[in-house]
Amino acid sequence: MKNYIIQSIRLTLVLIVLLCILYPLGIALAGKISKGNGSGEKLTKNGKVVGYALIGQSFTKPEYFWGRPSAVAYNAAGSAGSNKGPSNPDYLKEVSNRIDTLLKYNPGLKKSEIPADMVTASGSGLDPNISEQGAAIQINRVAKARKLDQNKVKELVAMNTLKPFLGLFGPSSVNVLKLNLALDNL
Amino acid sequence: MNTELIGIIATFLLTLIIAIPLGKYLAKVFAGEKVWTDFLKPLETGIYKLSGINVKEQMNWKQQLKALLTINILWLVYGFFMLIFQDKLPFNPDGNAGMTADLAFNTIISFVANCNLQHYSGETGVSYLTQQFVLMFLQFVSAATGIAAAVVLFKAFRDKTTTQLGNFWEFFVRAITRLLLPLSIVIALLLTFNGTPASYEGKDQFISVQGDTVHVSRGPAAQMIAIKHLGTNGGGYFGANSAHPFENPSYFTNMVEVIAQTIIPLAMIIAFGYFIRRKKLAWTIFGVMTIGLFMLMLPTLSSELGGNPALAKLGISQTTGAMEGKEVRFGPAATAYWSTLTTVISTGSVNGMHDSTMPLTGLWQLLAMMINAFYGGCGVGLLNYFIYLIIAVFISGLMVGRTPEFLGHKVEAREIKIAAIITLLSPFLILAGTAIASFVFVNHGGADWAVQPKNWLNNPGFHGFSEMLYEVTSSNANNGSGFEGLGDNNVFWNLLTGIIIFLGRFLPIIGPVAIAGLLGAKKFIPESAGTLKTDTKTFALMTFAVILVLNALSYFPALALGPLAEYFTMLK
Repeated sequence: MKNYIIQSIRLTLVLIVLLCILYPLGIALAGKISKGNGSGEKLTKNGKVVGYALIGQSFTKPEYFWGRPSAVAYNAAGSAGSNKGPSNPDYLKEVSNRIDTLLKYNPGLKKSEIPADMVTASGSGLDPNISEQGAAIQINRVAKARKLDQNKVKELVAMNTLKPFLGLFGPSSVNVLKLNLALDNL
Repeated sequence: MNTELIGIIATFLLTLIIAIPLGKYLAKVFAGEKVWTDFLKPLETGIYKLSGINVKEQMNWKQQLKALLTINILWLVYGFFMLIFQDKLPFNPDGNAGMTADLAFNTIISFVANCNLQHYSGETGVSYLTQQFVLMFLQFVSAATGIAAAVVLFKAFRDKTTTQLGNFWEFFVRAITRLLLPLSIVIALLLTFNGTPASYEGKDQFISVQGDTVHVSRGPAAQMIAIKHLGTNGGGYFGANSAHPFENPSYFTNMVEVIAQTIIPLAMIIAFGYFIRRKKLAWTIFGVMTIGLFMLMLPTLSSELGGNPALAKLGISQTTGAMEGKEVRFGPAATAYWSTLTTVISTGSVNGMHDSTMPLTGLWQLLAMMINAFYGGCGVGLLNYFIYLIIAVFISGLMVGRTPEFLGHKVEAREIKIAAIITLLSPFLILAGTAIASFVFVNHGGADWAVQPKNWLNNPGFHGFSEMLYEVTSSNANNGSGFEGLGDNNVFWNLLTGIIIFLGRFLPIIGPVAIAGLLGAKKFIPESAGTLKTDTKTFALMTFAVILVLNALSYFPALALGPLAEYFTMLK
């Protein structure tokens, strides 16, 4: 028994060196040559960092494409979903309000055109993407607010749409921050 | 067919393509046969030398368990104090506080037990030091513990009669050097180069496009996320787990992570068959488990892809399915696929919030964790299935009027008693735990805890009950996912789930290893016309029926009160 205790202590120490020092340091070092140097890829505007490519942020002005509702208000110091159950009456009221907001700010929009992702909170609260349909229903509003041609905006959306992985697997998506930066850069 | 469905079919096929050769490789590694990773032998010899271990020393099943429990208890003590004092220790760039005693108790048991239920949030609850030196460390060693325990069981059935079951330390170290560490390196690199942070830089701050000041938590996440999946641990670096865009940046990384959590449990089944030279038995087990998996997955897919009926009534379009709690880059199909695998296998990482899934999806998630043996966790999945096998052997033996035998060894009263106790343990812990929680919620709503019981639930009605049932079930299954709306960081839930996780981990390891040790030591009876064959379709069906009946009888009432009741109310 005593033997096992001493062996356990020594083995634990050896493994800590291997698994908690050498392994993570090695990966961190390799990460230095990745995009964003292993600290997350940043996006800039006029030379200033305005966000991370993977982390969604809050857009509320009419001239920007809006992201999804967020349970943490896009504060990336934390992360969480709403954890609302599908039959929760308060939740259903909240969704109903979001639908009304979208209808109000996007004249001409029909309820049946609103995709679920635009009125439901994401799992992380930091979802950087919306669906293609989620972008499509906002083109009208953004074009008007920026006094741009609709087709120009449509083109920009298409350019910032990420197709399914290898063209085969999974959904397509639009990165809201990248799209908005592209709009600002016009 | 749409790209979301093609995506999950491809993911499953890729899993098989990787897992089957991996299983054959593992059988060789643990049998000490020649493999291409033998160049790592000097590393292992070094580890043994520094630790004062002589791997030539053979252990019987009792010694194996003593070694296993000793080192696990050591980790409990070490981690508990690290978590409590993390605010006073270095590597805490975000200045996070030390854990309270009850939270540290829960967290350390949860990680030692390979459960990874988290009542803290990664961004604010732990330091970089404890993330790596406690939590990530335990993700490696708890997975290796499970694998080593399963190998002890392999050993008991390889030779005709034996009490010499090999050396625990050797199995344990090899599980790390030959499997977990090399694969973690590959996966961590894939994640890092697809956007997951891996550096030690602290929280960042910037002004957003619209002019808000935003903080972003970062840190050495890729290293931990790799082993969290490979080792079927599930404890995320960030609070939102693999739904967090840093933790799981793209559809590709999502495929990598869900494949990573499935390959070892699958490979262990194949390894079992090759190790004891009964391949057909392994394929029979694999068949039962896979059918079980699909029976849980297909209805899950159907209920998620169908969307939320309550939202449909509001008139919006749900072309791809239900989206609350899900991420656009994965979509409902890949999230439903993940939710089945993470509950079937005891990973418990999530790429979407289970609390917001449809009522029937919740039902299948719960049932998957209650059964806990379709693939199952790293090593322990097979141990759990082994208990079902012994019960099935016993019942079949009674049906045909023969002494039950398993792989040439008589199964007698002592083994059956152990199997029966382990079988009864799960319903006891799950149902008693949920009952106590419900009682406190109803009768002591104002108790002076960090979260008052009356505020525990994030959702009213039946769904609220499901939140408590899920928490307890997940603890017993050592799964670690949650209906995260539950206000669980308070002394009641920390202690209750801590105790359940501990019992739900170690008794189901001790039981099967003891049975295997006892059986292995018995006289070998050569196969005859009267032998009950355990690798036939009939016996597979028998095992499946045993699993179904045991779980249906144990859990139907509880499931009826939670997800089923919610489902039928929504139909109205």
